[in-house]
Amino acid sequence: MNSSALILMLLANLLVVGVTGYFFWRVLTTAPPDAVDEDEANFPRGG
Amino acid sequence: MSSKESWGSRVGLVLAMAGNAVGLGNFLRFPAQAINNGGGAFIIPYLVCFLLMGLPLLFVEWSMGRFGGTHGDHSTPFILNSMAPKKQKLWKYVGVFGIFTNLAVAAYYCYLESWTLSYMWHSISGSFQGQTREQVGNFFNEYVALGSSEPIVFWILCLALNTWILSRGLSGGVEMASKIGMPLLIIFGIFLAVRGVTLTAGEAGAINDGTVGLNFLWTPKFESIWDFKVWLAAAGQIFFTLSVGMGSIQCYASYLRSRDDVALNAMSAGWMNEFVEVCLGGAILIPIAVGYLGIEQVQQMVAGGSGFGLGFQTLPFLFQQWGPVLAALAGVAWFGLLFFAGITSSLAMGTPVMGFLQDEFGWKRQASAWTFGLMVFVLGLPTVLFYNYGVFGEYDYWAGTVSLVVFAMLEIILFAWIFGMDKGWAEITRGADIRVPVIFKFIIKYVTPVILISVFLGSLVSSGGIIDTIANKAIHAQIAAAQAASDAATVERLNTQLLYINGSRLLLVAVFATIAWLVYRAQLRRGLAGKK
Repeated sequence: MNSSALILMLLANLLVVGVTGYFFWRVLTTAPPDAVDEDEANFPRGG
Repeated sequence: MSSKESWGSRVGLVLAMAGNAVGLGNFLRFPAQAINNGGGAFIIPYLVCFLLMGLPLLFVEWSMGRFGGTHGDHSTPFILNSMAPKKQKLWKYVGVFGIFTNLAVAAYYCYLESWTLSYMWHSISGSFQGQTREQVGNFFNEYVALGSSEPIVFWILCLALNTWILSRGLSGGVEMASKIGMPLLIIFGIFLAVRGVTLTAGEAGAINDGTVGLNFLWTPKFESIWDFKVWLAAAGQIFFTLSVGMGSIQCYASYLRSRDDVALNAMSAGWMNEFVEVCLGGAILIPIAVGYLGIEQVQQMVAGGSGFGLGFQTLPFLFQQWGPVLAALAGVAWFGLLFFAGITSSLAMGTPVMGFLQDEFGWKRQASAWTFGLMVFVLGLPTVLFYNYGVFGEYDYWAGTVSLVVFAMLEIILFAWIFGMDKGWAEITRGADIRVPVIFKFIIKYVTPVILISVFLGSLVSSGGIIDTIANKAIHAQIAAAQAASDAATVERLNTQLLYINGSRLLLVAVFATIAWLVYRAQLRRGLAGKK
């Protein structure tokens, strides 16, 4: 591969893999909001 | 899906949303668009458009959906209605796009999906073994010409599977399918990417190394960055790859609780789509195709902006060069990942339709799921029976292209300018598990609408754009050429095609009008019930 193609490909792939992995890791490790939520009383689902 | 539905897990939600976005285009359209628009340099306008248009629209649609869900609304007519001032009653009819698009796209998309199922079967059963490239290519032509009942059988099977999954509800159906389908899609994609990239010239009939194809795809033509058409192509690709402007994201997000995060979820799902598109989509089709066919041929085959022909009519032949076992595995992996990409998208198309029927007319989940299946069957029949008359293409153009852009343009105006960016920003950031850069407040209000309006105007007036398409300019030119050549058979065929094309447009308009009438009826019912 020529160097510009290789650099662009590696940069793009590393960027996308890195950012995707980071945000998915955050999804996996972020605690859910409290089960009992005063907002449920104010904004009950179902209108 | 009723208001009692909810997502079973956050991972399930993100996978379902990513699945909604990931479709056949990630593997078939992106590589072709990149090749035709600057090669490796395409990634620059592509990522810029992702940041300035894709992500903002994701934030907007996720938060609109959650907002609507807290009011008991799970489809866009009344989600938009709840965001607009009481006097602006027409926004609910703008929301009709969010049901129409899903129904009309599902009508032809499920047929497309059934092809991948059929090709998986043919890969396992060795149908392509010993066939020439022309025979493999003709297999597709004969398939869509309905030479046998097989296409119909697979289509009905596919519809039934979609409907059955939808009837199981959000967590028991859609989420479960995504938790199975998305990981398998990624595993299959990695397998094929490794196989493609490691192709060696001289082995198994390959004429080029896999890296030649990668080189072809990624070699940058930086001068293309100054070409407005390249930016338009990048914006278009980002638009379609994220499945924004359809109304399905709002529906999925409407089953969140009011304090559930949308920002991190939207980021994760959006970037997951980019991983599938850039990393996997960029490493399968082109390396394998160039490995066997050479650069020039592949360039010609993707000149139209899509790798569809390569994906269905050429790749099955190329896989045969790897021996029967690996060919079967590769065929199952390739068409399997296309199938999972397809079904996770078509399931997302079903949920807004079901949500509307359940919310507004009190239908039960099962009844609304099977009704969706029936509607898709009826609406899809013309695309199946008259595929070669251009009906499929018409549905794809109006519902799968124009409709999306129009709706996205209007919804962001509602969100940023009528609902108001202050309230909108509060919606995006409420419960957020990440800090959303405040620059997005400016981008959503000023930059994204300008990009969307530019995309819309570009597609309106460009050569072969909306105005030309309404006037059937291309076909009339072909008819004139055939008449000049005294080719009566071609003139007759084209006139027949024109009839089917105009007929399918009328049908789509009728569907839109019917949904608008149902929204009107729903509003009357709400009035009687004392709801907005």
